[in-house]
Amino acid sequence: MAVETLAAPHVTLRGRTFMALVVAPEFPMAEWFSAFDQQMHGAGGFFIDRPIVADLGATLEEGGPDAVFIVLEGLEARQLRLIGVEGVDPVLLAGTRWERLPKTLHGRVQTLETWADLHAAPHDEPSPEPVAAPGVSSLLIDRPVRSGQSIVFEDGDVTIIGAVASGAEVIAGGSIHIYGALRGRAIAGLRAGDSARIFCRKLEAELVGVDRLYRTAEHWGEALHGRSVQVMCDRGALRLSAFD
Amino acid sequence: MSKVMVVTSGKGGVGKTTSSASLGAALAQAGQNVVLVDFDVGLRNLDLVMGAERRVVFDLVNVVQGDAKLPQALIRDKRVETLYLLPASQTRDKDALTEEGVGRVIAELRERFDWIVCDSPAGIEKGAQLAMRFADIAVVVTNPEVSSVRDSDRIIGMLDSKTLRAETGERLEKHLLLTRYDAARATKGEMMKVEDILEILAIPLLGIVAESPDVLTASNVGSPVTLHNPASAAARSYTDAARRLMGESVAINTPAEKRGLMSRLFGRKAAAA
Repeated sequence: MAVETLAAPHVTLRGRTFMALVVAPEFPMAEWFSAFDQQMHGAGGFFIDRPIVADLGATLEEGGPDAVFIVLEGLEARQLRLIGVEGVDPVLLAGTRWERLPKTLHGRVQTLETWADLHAAPHDEPSPEPVAAPGVSSLLIDRPVRSGQSIVFEDGDVTIIGAVASGAEVIAGGSIHIYGALRGRAIAGLRAGDSARIFCRKLEAELVGVDRLYRTAEHWGEALHGRSVQVMCDRGALRLSAFD
Repeated sequence: MSKVMVVTSGKGGVGKTTSSASLGAALAQAGQNVVLVDFDVGLRNLDLVMGAERRVVFDLVNVVQGDAKLPQALIRDKRVETLYLLPASQTRDKDALTEEGVGRVIAELRERFDWIVCDSPAGIEKGAQLAMRFADIAVVVTNPEVSSVRDSDRIIGMLDSKTLRAETGERLEKHLLLTRYDAARATKGEMMKVEDILEILAIPLLGIVAESPDVLTASNVGSPVTLHNPASAAARSYTDAARRLMGESVAINTPAEKRGLMSRLFGRKAAAA
């Protein structure tokens, strides 16, 4: 059993506008869901109340329409807040209880015709964004981020002078710089991807994430606790290293 | 100029009501005109702590809804003549309060009193938000426990965003009042350290009140500890905190330091015997 779980595919999560996460179930489904359950369990409250978009392109392609419904039921059974579906023809869901889920997030029309085009394009590439207003590509916050507050800045880096409290979160399109203690969550690279980093003066975080990778506090242990740390992507894994 | 002071915490059971009563009484004992307003509609306690539970006729909800005039609802304390209580309703819920109505009552109270002490209910919902809405000063009551500190942090965030002062860009004074501080547990390292709490919450310290049977005894006989047992350590902590609120500079004693000395003395005695 243990061997099986070790070999389980890593479920990758892709940051989306605001805090929606995209999950893309893959075959074999039993293994994917067991890996997903493990991640949900390991990530504490990360998934609670977090909007989820299901990318069912692969499911439809390999398993056909029946598989789509099985997967949707599977996701629903996990009490996820499903807010949208990607990669399936809206006609397929017509008349089912998932009919009302938006299928055209980001203004992309996901009919069967455009679906083929989309699929041809490299999946990870961010869709062309409107050019950001010149000169404003960073956000400076010169006071502590309190528990329960959420700073979301998609257009670039976020700099915080003060601490990020336990139960607070900072989500940035680029890198996150914290001149203080990070005790809550920081998720960087919503737009910049794996080149984004997180810097903090004192690591006491609950969760850090860059691009599609994240780690909870139990992953890095005592050695880094309380130290000045940077978090970066290194060959597909999240690496935390101390400055001092 | 009158000051509206909210006593809040997020978490329940940390000592908001006790602290409201004790700070209010201490301010009144120093000659200030003080009214204590109980915002915990449906779960009122301040009248019990003040020993006025058998004198309640009208309450905050009656005044907010216009069923009673403010002077009819105000209860004057029998021990300190500049201390008044505006009780909450026990039979209604927090939806009975409206922002407009509360604002009107607070404005009326401002004309009569130097200090309007608003005892907030626990939680972060409507009742707590209305209690802090018109505040000029906030006293954040915190126990040296991680859960209490995190909830206080959340409340500070709300004070910075949901109060009238925050919305109009004015400064809202925030003070930390550490209560139920257990010196014995602190010396054993079983409790959060004062400096750690201050570092996390990043607001100035108003005072530290040690966990003490004096406080409980005073609450049970319906008297704030500053009136019931003015010589007790808890009463002195509240009196000092009240003086700091009035702008005096009074040094803060950490109970652990004092108790540390005591235990050292006792330790020596024990060794000698």
